[in-house]
Amino acid sequence: MRIGVITFPGSLDDRDAQRAIRLAGAEPVALWHGDHDLHGVDAIVLPGGFSYGDYLRAGAIASHAPIMAEVIDAANAGMPVLGICNGFQMLAEARLLPGAHTRNAHQQFIRRDQKLRVENNRTAWTNQFAEGAEIVIPLKNADGRFVADAETMARIEGNGQVVFRYLDVNPNGSMNDIAGVSNERGNVVGLMPHPEHATEAGFGPNMPDAMRSGTDGLRFFTSVIAAFARS
Amino acid sequence: MPTIVVEVMPKAELLDPQGKAVVGALARLGKNEFRDVRIGKRFELTVDGPVDDALLAEVHAIAEDMLANTVIEDVVSVHQAAIETVVAGETH
Repeated sequence: MRIGVITFPGSLDDRDAQRAIRLAGAEPVALWHGDHDLHGVDAIVLPGGFSYGDYLRAGAIASHAPIMAEVIDAANAGMPVLGICNGFQMLAEARLLPGAHTRNAHQQFIRRDQKLRVENNRTAWTNQFAEGAEIVIPLKNADGRFVADAETMARIEGNGQVVFRYLDVNPNGSMNDIAGVSNERGNVVGLMPHPEHATEAGFGPNMPDAMRSGTDGLRFFTSVIAAFARS
Repeated sequence: MPTIVVEVMPKAELLDPQGKAVVGALARLGKNEFRDVRIGKRFELTVDGPVDDALLAEVHAIAEDMLANTVIEDVVSVHQAAIETVVAGETH
């Protein structure tokens, strides 16, 4: 399986995402924001960072980048797309995912090892988790507060489109403790925390049994490989 | 040169953390008469040619599509700037 990772000007975690894909057993393919070409990949990751300096709004200018025309078509045709942090903001700005992001309620940039609950394990990116699984992956953002109007919130809660919820601490004031959501079909998923930073023992978040041993993020990528194998 | 002004505000029902920080700072300065401060954005789009209704309508569409995210913000005004409101020294 070939999974594309799009690099935008200001992307920071594109190579970490490529490495995570390789560790999970797929082939990462570097894609460029200025191209109109997905190079025949089977899935796409929009990585974290500060694309275009986050000018205007986080992810806003990137959501209008040339390659996003192909990403939007592919997502609407059912291709798995994962947006991590800045990538989540891009997917919301592109209207591929519901809601939007504002500045963290406390105004601070925050970085912490974050506990999450997997609320929906039927998406392309979460099918290797048990439903209700509690996982720990790193979080780092300034504009991570998920917001949506009441009607949207009722719809996504009712549809099971809330995929991840913050546990113990709501780190940014997100409504309903929402850390990540999906589209109705479940092929497009976005979340603020970073699974690609929790894929290799020795370099992951601290866990109760050992420092930096967390690898809960690896299942995001093995999930999409499993979804691809079934398709 | 003709300038079109677009003003965008965060939706009233949403928390505006920046505005909240400013109203807190005002209170610490003893300015207690301000209950709330909300911070929006002002865009100035300069054009070479004349501004007509069709161009204003196009700017309004651009504002709704890109300059603002209508999930969290409202476009509150799209209008041509009167010459005297443009920052002194940049015109005439």
